[in-house]
Order: sequence, then structure tokens, then C-alpha cells
Amino acid sequence: MSAPLLELSGLTKAYPGVVANDDVSFGIGRGQIHALLGENGAGKSTLVKMIYGLVRPDEGEMRLEGRPHAPATPLEARAAGVAMVFQHFSLFDALDVAENITLGMADPPPRRDLAERIRKVSRDYGLPLDPNRIVGDLSAGERQRVEIVRCLLQSPKLLIMDEPTSVLTPQEVEILFATLRKLSAEGTAILYISHKLDEIRSLCDAATILRLGKVVGACDPRESSARELAEMMVGSALSAPARGGHVAGEVILEVEDLSLPPAHAFGTPLRRIGFGLAKGEILGIGGVAGNGQDELLAALSGERVSPRGSVRLRETDVSRMGPDARRALGLLSAPEERLGHAAAPDMSLMENALLSGHGRKALARRGFVDWGRTAAFARDVIARFDVRTPGEHVAARALSGGNLQKFVIGREVLQAPDVLVVNQPTWGVDAAAAAAIRQALLDLAEGGAGIIVISQDLDELMEISDRFAALNEGRLSAPVATATLDVERIGLMLGGAWDREKSHA
Amino acid sequence: MFGTISPTLLVAALMVAATPILLAALGELVVEKAGVLNLGVEGMMIIGAICGFAVAVETGSPVAGFAGGALGGAALSLVFGVLTQFLLSNQVATGLALTLFGLGLSSLLGQGYVGIKPPATGRLDFGPLSDLPFAGRVVFGHDWVVYLSLALTVGIWWFLRRSRAGLTLRAVGESHDAAHALGLRVRATRLAAIAFGGACAGLGGAYLSLVRVPQWTEGMTSGVGWIALAIVVFASWRPGGVLLGAYLFGGVTVLQLNLQAAGVAIPVEYLSMSPYLITIAVLVVISARGTRRSLGAPADLGKQFHATR
Repeated sequence: MSAPLLELSGLTKAYPGVVANDDVSFGIGRGQIHALLGENGAGKSTLVKMIYGLVRPDEGEMRLEGRPHAPATPLEARAAGVAMVFQHFSLFDALDVAENITLGMADPPPRRDLAERIRKVSRDYGLPLDPNRIVGDLSAGERQRVEIVRCLLQSPKLLIMDEPTSVLTPQEVEILFATLRKLSAEGTAILYISHKLDEIRSLCDAATILRLGKVVGACDPRESSARELAEMMVGSALSAPARGGHVAGEVILEVEDLSLPPAHAFGTPLRRIGFGLAKGEILGIGGVAGNGQDELLAALSGERVSPRGSVRLRETDVSRMGPDARRALGLLSAPEERLGHAAAPDMSLMENALLSGHGRKALARRGFVDWGRTAAFARDVIARFDVRTPGEHVAARALSGGNLQKFVIGREVLQAPDVLVVNQPTWGVDAAAAAAIRQALLDLAEGGAGIIVISQDLDELMEISDRFAALNEGRLSAPVATATLDVERIGLMLGGAWDREKSHA
Repeated sequence: MFGTISPTLLVAALMVAATPILLAALGELVVEKAGVLNLGVEGMMIIGAICGFAVAVETGSPVAGFAGGALGGAALSLVFGVLTQFLLSNQVATGLALTLFGLGLSSLLGQGYVGIKPPATGRLDFGPLSDLPFAGRVVFGHDWVVYLSLALTVGIWWFLRRSRAGLTLRAVGESHDAAHALGLRVRATRLAAIAFGGACAGLGGAYLSLVRVPQWTEGMTSGVGWIALAIVVFASWRPGGVLLGAYLFGGVTVLQLNLQAAGVAIPVEYLSMSPYLITIAVLVVISARGTRRSLGAPADLGKQFHATR
């Protein structure tokens, strides 16, 4: 390989109390698809933000095509040929596709020419897009296309992608990979960040592994196993979740003909959802984000009441009850958004423990809070779920995503639910914490509880669930035993084609 | 009973009554589109009223007066801007404080100006056009500020829908985090919008004290700033809707005054509340009918922006 396109040497960035990047050096060649691997908090985001001009390094230097690269703003980075697709989409819901793309360009052409160029580029790369649609109406996959097309219109030399596949169906992932390979063949270098090791092995030609802000290794991912990569990331051996034999018990939760209108303008209605959940069973519900996951969780947890008779717990109709009443009967839940939904960000862990556990753990009596018991409960969650925090008095906001997630799940698990509904239990959580959470869910099911796991991570659902169903535009497919599924069939289910599938079978 | 009310004079008076509200509401529309909720419109208007009045009286030039009013409103709004954008104070509380501060400061500044008559702002001369029946008085019989406010309505519509800077402004109001990630300058954009809103409110206030009343009295805005705020919301953040709301409010105000003068047998209290009720009712009906989300409330309205760097 000749001189690399982008060369990083000795990059260091420290924040108060933590060194996000410590003497990071590596190079990315022209047309190379280079993976950046690491757990949460390993410093991947900080590193790419420095390349993209959002953060300035304290020390070290970057060279792009041999010239010094020190962008002060993303505008300068884009002018130098660096483009970035964000993990949390940087899009404006109320604006249309063309307007969103215009905003990311330094010198946008008039709207009519731009619309034409959007159509052409999106067609050439197999990412069809209508420039006039409002972004808030698009699916997650389409929204990502907007970001990618925005980058492609500027013919970047280096494209940075931060966890691009976490919201895509397998088919969409295939399309994305085809696009990236085409770009790489044309000479565009790609810096690819992902947790999904199998993807990296099939897509990338080189990998750099970060741990605690330092480069701990480099390898050719095509010649390493996923297990080797994971162990380099974590720095220790991983244990896969273990589960015992499982016997399906009697049905504990029944959902029948559950329909709800959307709660807000960009929401999804629920359409005639029906399924049964047995004791000791884990039902995995997959689907691309925005197909009714949040709405389904709200209808099950009691945040939104549904028509009479649509949700029954042990023959009791709970569909008109609120969350507290359902909790008292043993139906517990943990929503996806950790800060602001599952936990109150500025309240301490102890107070957060009280908020969901006051009934089942008898933390409040005759209207008075028993702080001693509450603190003991919070400490119990922290100890049993290995939540890394100085203590139960710390505000929820101060915890890292993975640690707070462990706390939120642990808080519900320790209340001994009969039925637990969780949405995205391991979203944005590193491998070790994710494994711990999955193991906790498996143990809970072993103890006889019924569990519903709503997730976009298919590997996770395949690993822990007994049966699998897919949400598409607010409809739920009939649950299928996980053992009988293959990737193609899952993709069809996610795309809403299960009826066709059934009629063929 | 309507015999004594001339339609021509009614429409002409309506436009004069509506202009201060229209100016203030247009300014607030731009501020809110940038994601900032400035509840200090009333305070900026009354500061504009006294600054405009004082400058006009001292210089003898109404044009200088309007410029002074706009500058006064903008200066006060920048106090709000610095507090909320750089010191990250709460927008609602700061806006309310701005109104109280403006009311107090204006009565202090205005102590020497009670009972004085300001230099008159003349009607523009359109030659023979002004002699046309009805249209001559209604279309061609106003002072320049009325035309400026109408031009501003169209200008702001064009700016927001068509221009690159307007798109940036809407983007900042829609998602400041995404805008920041794209390298747009969130604070600078918001500060500019706040200053523009302050200038518009000041201009509206100056119109009150120089044309509509025309004299200086303490607390003379008497809630006009608040109705301007309400009109922005009920007009779904559309310049056309703001124009409609302001003219409706002005129209019903003028009409009920005329009805009072004509001695209609409706209690005065009901007539006095009618502009508020009717304007809000009509705008609610209109905004309930249209569901074009793309023109709705900016998603980050009133939210604090703190860049992490």
C-alpha cells in the first residue's frame, strides 16, 4: 500500500476526569474499508469527531493526502473531503429530503438542479429517494439514505459511518453494503464503526481496535474470528449466555385484537395485534424502528389504555388499567429510552428505584417513603447487576448508558415480575453488559416468568427468544419458533411479507 | 344601527390598528422559528414605544423615531439573548422578566414625555390614485409603516420558504443538535433572530405611540404584545396566518369601538372582549383544519442549547 489517505499520529483528547483518546495512531488507505472497533466508552466517537471537526484534539496531528488536516468546524472537514453519517441521525423531521441535503452542503445548487442530482446519485447507488418527501415520514432505512446521499453529493474522499446498520433490516443492510463496496471500488475510503462483528468480517479490509482510548490492536477482520475480535475489544474471554432446558407452561398473558391510533403525528397505529405468552417463555419481537415498538410497549405497560378485553393477564382484563395497577398484578416493563422514560435523569438511583418499585417492594407505607428499604433495594440492584457507580445517591444522568441500562433492567427483574416487557434492552450497551442483561432475562424466564423482548438486534432475539414475531407498520406477525427460522425468512417477516409466506407454506 | 359606520374608514382604521400587532407578531414568528420562545414581546414593544416617541420628539423626525424604536426593542431583546443563549437561563422566566423590566424602564424613561404631541407621520402621496373611491383611502391612503409591515409579511414568507438563510434558521429551530453536528452556527443564528424580533416589536411599539394613539402614556401597550404572541401560535407559525390574525384582531377592535360609539345595546364588557375571543376562535378553526406539519411548531422551541465540545 502506498501512502495512506488519512494518517493519524499521537492523537490525544482528554475530558475532565477521563482520557477519551490516548496517543491514537493509525492510517487509512485509499478505497479501504477500515473498521473501528471498541466497547462503549472506548473513544471511537471522540476519535471520529476529531476527524470531522466537531472536537479538537489536545495533542497529535492528522494528515489527509499528506497535508495537515486540522478542521475547526465540520464545514472545513467537508471541504477537505471528509463526510460523516451519524449514529443518531442528524436530520430535521419537519423539513423535506432536498432541504435536509442542502443544509449539509457548503455551496448548494438551486433546488431544481439539486433534486435532479439527488435522484441521479440515489439511483446510481441503489438508494432510491424522493427529494420532496418530508423526512419525518420516512423509515429508518430511508432516513439513513438521506444522510448517505448527502455525503455522496460532495464526492468525499473519506466517508465515516457510525453504527450504520443498527436500525436496518437484513435486506437493507445488504443494499448498504453493496453501496459501500461500490464506493470503495471507486477509491473512497470508509471508516466504519460497528458493534456487529460479523458485519465487519464480511465488509472491512482492515480493523483498528480501541480499548479505554488506546489502540490495542490491528488486524485483518477477514482472517480473524468474531470471537477473537470480541476478546480483543473486551480484553478478556467472553461467556455466551447459558440457558437450561425449557418447558412451555400455561399461557399467562394474552393479547387479542389490540388496535390503537397513533399517539402523535409521527407515530404508528397498532393494528389488530394478537399473541399469547406462556410462563417461562421469551417472546422476541423484531422489527425496524418506528413500526410500532414504542406504541406496543406503551399498550402493554399501561401507559396507554386499550379497548376492553384486548390485554389479559391470567384471565384478568388489565386493558383499562394504568401502569401501577398492572405492576401490582405482576406485569412490569422497561422502555427503550433510558433517560427520561425508564429513568428520571436528574433523580438519584435510589429515587428511581422507588419510582418503579414502591408497590411491589413495599417501599412506601401509609403515604410515607421508607428510605432505608429504598436504599437497600437500590443497593441490591447495583450489587446484583454489577452497576458501576459510586453509590445509590448518584443521579441517573451521571451513569454511562450501559450501566444505567443494567440498573433499569435489574430494578424490574428484582421485583419478581410474572410478565416483563422490555424494549431494546441492550441498545448502545457494550458486549459484556449486554451479555449480563441477556443472562438476567434468561434466568428470569427459567424462574417461570413470561418475557417479551422487543429489539432491533436480530442476533440478540435469535440468541435468547423461544419464539419470534415481527412488527411491521403496527401489525404483528404470528409468532414462529426461533429454532425454525433463517435469515431470509426473518427478513421477509420484518418486511411485512409473513402472510405471503404463510400461504406458500 | 350600522348606518353611522363608514366601511371605508373602518377598513382604513383597521389597518392602522392591526399594524403594531402585525409587526410584533412577525418578529416573534422569526424568533420562534429559530427555536427561541421570547415572552418579552410586551416589554420590547413598550420600550420601542417610548424610545421611538422620545427620538421623534427630540429630533422632530418620525422616521428617526421609528429607527429609535426598533433599536430600543433590539437592544432590550439582546439582554434576553445574552441571558438565554450564553448564560443558559430559562427562556420562559427570562421572557416574563423582560416584560416586567420593559414596563418599568419605559415609565422611567417616559416621565418627561407625558402630554406631548409627537411630530405627525404623514400619509404617502400616491397622486391621483389616492382620490379613487374606497381603494384610494384603503389601499393608497396610509403612512409608510403600514406598507412596510405588509412588505415584511411577504419578505419573511419568502425568507423562510425560499432562502438558504431561512432554511438554516428553520433547521436551527427544528433540531439544534443536528444543526450543530452539520456545522451550522446555532447561537449566532438565534441571536440574530432574537435581535430581529426585538426590532420588529420595537417598531410596532413606536407605531403605537407615534401614529395609532399618538402620544405617550404609561403602560400604553396594554396587552398588545401578548395577543401578538398568541397570534403566532394560533397562526401555526405562518406569516400569512399572522397577517390574517392581526387584521382580524384589528378589525374587530375597531368595529367594537364603533359599535360602542353608536350606542349598541350590548354591554361594553362583551364588546371589549370580543376581539380576543373572535381572533383566537377563528385562528383555532383554521389551524385545526390544515394539518401541514412542515409548517407547524418548531420541534426545539424553547429548548436550551448547550454545545459539548
